[in-house]
Amino acid sequence: MSLLHIAIVSPLLYSIFIPIFYKNFHRIHTGWFVLPLPVLLLIYFLSFLTNITKQNTVIESMQWIPSLGINFTAKADGLGLLFALLITGIGALVVSYSIYYLAKDKEKLNTFYVYLLLFMGAMLGIVLSDNLVVMYAFWELTSFSSFLLIGFWYERDQSRYGAQKSMLITVFGGLSMLGGIILLYIMTGTFSITEIIHQSPVLFQHDLFVPALICVLLGAFTKSAQFPFYIWLPDAMEAPTPVSAYLHSATMVKAGIYLVARLTPVFGVSSVWFWLVAGVGMITLTWGSVFAIKQTDLKGILAFSTVSQLGMIMSLLGVGSAALHYDALDNNIFTVAVTAAIFHLINHATFKGSLFMVAGIIDHETGTRDIRKLGGLMHFMPITFTISLIGTFSMAGLPPFNGFLSKEMFFTAMVRVTQMDIFNLETVGVLFPIIAWVASIFTFLYSMMLFFKTFTGKHQPEKLEKKPHEAPLGMLIPPVILVSLVIIFGLFPNLLSESLISPAMASILPSLLGAGEEFVVHISFWHGFTIEVFMTLGVILLGIILYKTLPKWIKAYGIMPKKFSLFHLYDRLMEGSQSVSYKVTNKYMTGSIHSYLVYIFAFFILILLLTLYWKEAFRLDSSNVSSIGIYECVLALFVVVSSISILFVKSRMTSIILLGAVGYTVSLYYVLFRAPDLALTQLVIETISVALFLVCFYHLPKFHRYETRMRFKITNALVSVGVGLVVTAIALSAHSQKLFHSISKYYVENTYEEAAGKNMVNVILVDFRGFDTLFEITVLAIASLGIYGMIKLRIYRRKDG
Amino acid sequence: MLEIVIRISLLCCSLSMLGLIYRVIKGPTVPDRVIALDAIGVNLVAITALISIVLKSHAFLEIILLIGILAFIGTVAFAKYLEKGVIIEHERTR
Repeated sequence: MSLLHIAIVSPLLYSIFIPIFYKNFHRIHTGWFVLPLPVLLLIYFLSFLTNITKQNTVIESMQWIPSLGINFTAKADGLGLLFALLITGIGALVVSYSIYYLAKDKEKLNTFYVYLLLFMGAMLGIVLSDNLVVMYAFWELTSFSSFLLIGFWYERDQSRYGAQKSMLITVFGGLSMLGGIILLYIMTGTFSITEIIHQSPVLFQHDLFVPALICVLLGAFTKSAQFPFYIWLPDAMEAPTPVSAYLHSATMVKAGIYLVARLTPVFGVSSVWFWLVAGVGMITLTWGSVFAIKQTDLKGILAFSTVSQLGMIMSLLGVGSAALHYDALDNNIFTVAVTAAIFHLINHATFKGSLFMVAGIIDHETGTRDIRKLGGLMHFMPITFTISLIGTFSMAGLPPFNGFLSKEMFFTAMVRVTQMDIFNLETVGVLFPIIAWVASIFTFLYSMMLFFKTFTGKHQPEKLEKKPHEAPLGMLIPPVILVSLVIIFGLFPNLLSESLISPAMASILPSLLGAGEEFVVHISFWHGFTIEVFMTLGVILLGIILYKTLPKWIKAYGIMPKKFSLFHLYDRLMEGSQSVSYKVTNKYMTGSIHSYLVYIFAFFILILLLTLYWKEAFRLDSSNVSSIGIYECVLALFVVVSSISILFVKSRMTSIILLGAVGYTVSLYYVLFRAPDLALTQLVIETISVALFLVCFYHLPKFHRYETRMRFKITNALVSVGVGLVVTAIALSAHSQKLFHSISKYYVENTYEEAAGKNMVNVILVDFRGFDTLFEITVLAIASLGIYGMIKLRIYRRKDG
Repeated sequence: MLEIVIRISLLCCSLSMLGLIYRVIKGPTVPDRVIALDAIGVNLVAITALISIVLKSHAFLEIILLIGILAFIGTVAFAKYLEKGVIIEHERTR
């Protein structure tokens, strides 16, 4: 166990102590005890930076289940480290924000921080594990801890609904990802990502390649809230705002992005991968940005905006995978998509985190998050105003913030798609920049809406629960740090390019690098009058026009009926699956033993007949049949006559007597076939059971006493005749093909020699096979005790129980 | 000679058995059926004895005794049931 392992699991271990701190140091906010851990981890992961910049990866392995090839291998390469820094850095900020956001005496802080630390550890585990199974374990742990955090205010219906929804969707994706991991294991024989990447050139031809790809992508899409699985994210906004800021903007929703980036070297050469990742990303980008306009809740807008930005990163990763088809690095212009993806990933984490914190502050200080009630807060909350100005303008892609740079690179990447000559992109490639451009207009629009509707316009104090005022300093520090990063990355983007982006690109596109080479990333503000600049200008221009005319066309959203929205479809699906399964279960679980017996016997007939037919097992061979005597015939006649007449008699008494007659005739058969012991037992037992039947029927309630004859039912007749025929057919074929001689010769020879008895049946019962007898005795004992208990013990259950 | 005699007697027994079974099925009242059943028991004794002669075995003599006892007990039980409605009377009812 190396230090890296300890760093990964340290949040999990530390969470054990949180309740102790909470109990013993009641006067100090528990968050203060949590805060040092992410800070320490951040410093620890920063210490890797020099190593990573030199393209070195740190791999530490620890055995877990070596026999199955599952080892806890921690690997810190460019991509993993980038995520680890995001997780710990934003984690530290979110913890310090939550100290001021969550009240000490009103909230259950111990559970909150335990869940948060569980989540942090799980997230670190995802991004730093090299073993797919270990990664899957951490993956599910993020789903569970996210479920717990969304449902933190569990007394609210909406929280529980959101938690359940996110759980169902992300766990569905997680399970299909597990399927993909197993398929990868079948193809390559290893769970290690590094080794799978080494084998990737031959994987392409494998039959399981596409199924594995789709399974893995399902996992990534559900986690990263891609179309159509994004529906859980807006409902997850019921979580406390620090959770939304941390999980649902910066970290967890990027686990899917991480997975796609991580497995691009494995699957990226496939056209299915390109179309799915880029296509779904584009759809999500447009869909999310278009529907963000409709929202009235601050967090709702931010949720849809997160969906759309994640779609943008996803589409960039998809387009970036096309770079794998072009060998020459020098003029490989398509790697810019990957650069843009990573850069925007960092940018999005910074500005979206700060915007969520701002939304939390506004909620905290005014009592509402509804933009229809807010307005004119600029003068009351100047610092918050500044923060959200920077955040929203960066989100909209305006200079001089970092969002502008990544948007420019996004346009560059999308425009360059038109130059690709693979996957039919010559014809449809032109769609990419157009869709990207339209989506950017909407992004601009909702960013402006978010900002201006909150801070400008008329102040409406009558609609607010509290008198708005500036938030406490502690609450403002984390978003201030984030927006200063927005500005720093915006003004000096090359701080990141060498240290983080280039190593991360090396992890995503390793096959493009020769030995000792590295990606040269240079982000500049201004690169002449290129098409991207005009696209951005167009976005701003059209965006302003649309924003000014917003009240005129916002009603257009009403055209799309609510019935067809994905949220409604999900609800319908849930209700439908419940009611359908309820109906189906009610249909066949009737509660009547009769119908269950019909199922059992019908399947009995079906399975045995089909087996006989398919295996061609039915034989009729009369060579080893003995001759039939007159006595057997007469007895058979008795048995047949009395058992058939049981079916047709009226009174129960008669049927009991007939049953007795059958039993006695059977004992005569035993006599005839030379089995005196059996005949003796059969006689006694038959007498006793007839007597017991009489006892039972005597006690039947009066109402049923004057019963009529059994009613005829065609199903019953068919089933019973069928069972009889099947059993007869099996008995005949079994008798017709005996493969081995009986072992009875041994008993005949040894009954007296070995066991000193002359009665062979008895010797077998108590000597050769005495064990069976022992347990038959046990059965009888249990039966008699049971009867005694049933008669004597009369504990009535209460009706309400 | 003995062989033929046994065959004939078995045939007779079987015929009477059939007749008795007819009575068991048809028998208008329960006592009719019980008596028929008792007679079936006796018939079984006869058949078992004859068959053991045919099989040249003395292993079935115990069965003959047992059928006799059981037929007796069974008939008595039935009779008591028909008469009193119970077979084993409860202690407290005395």
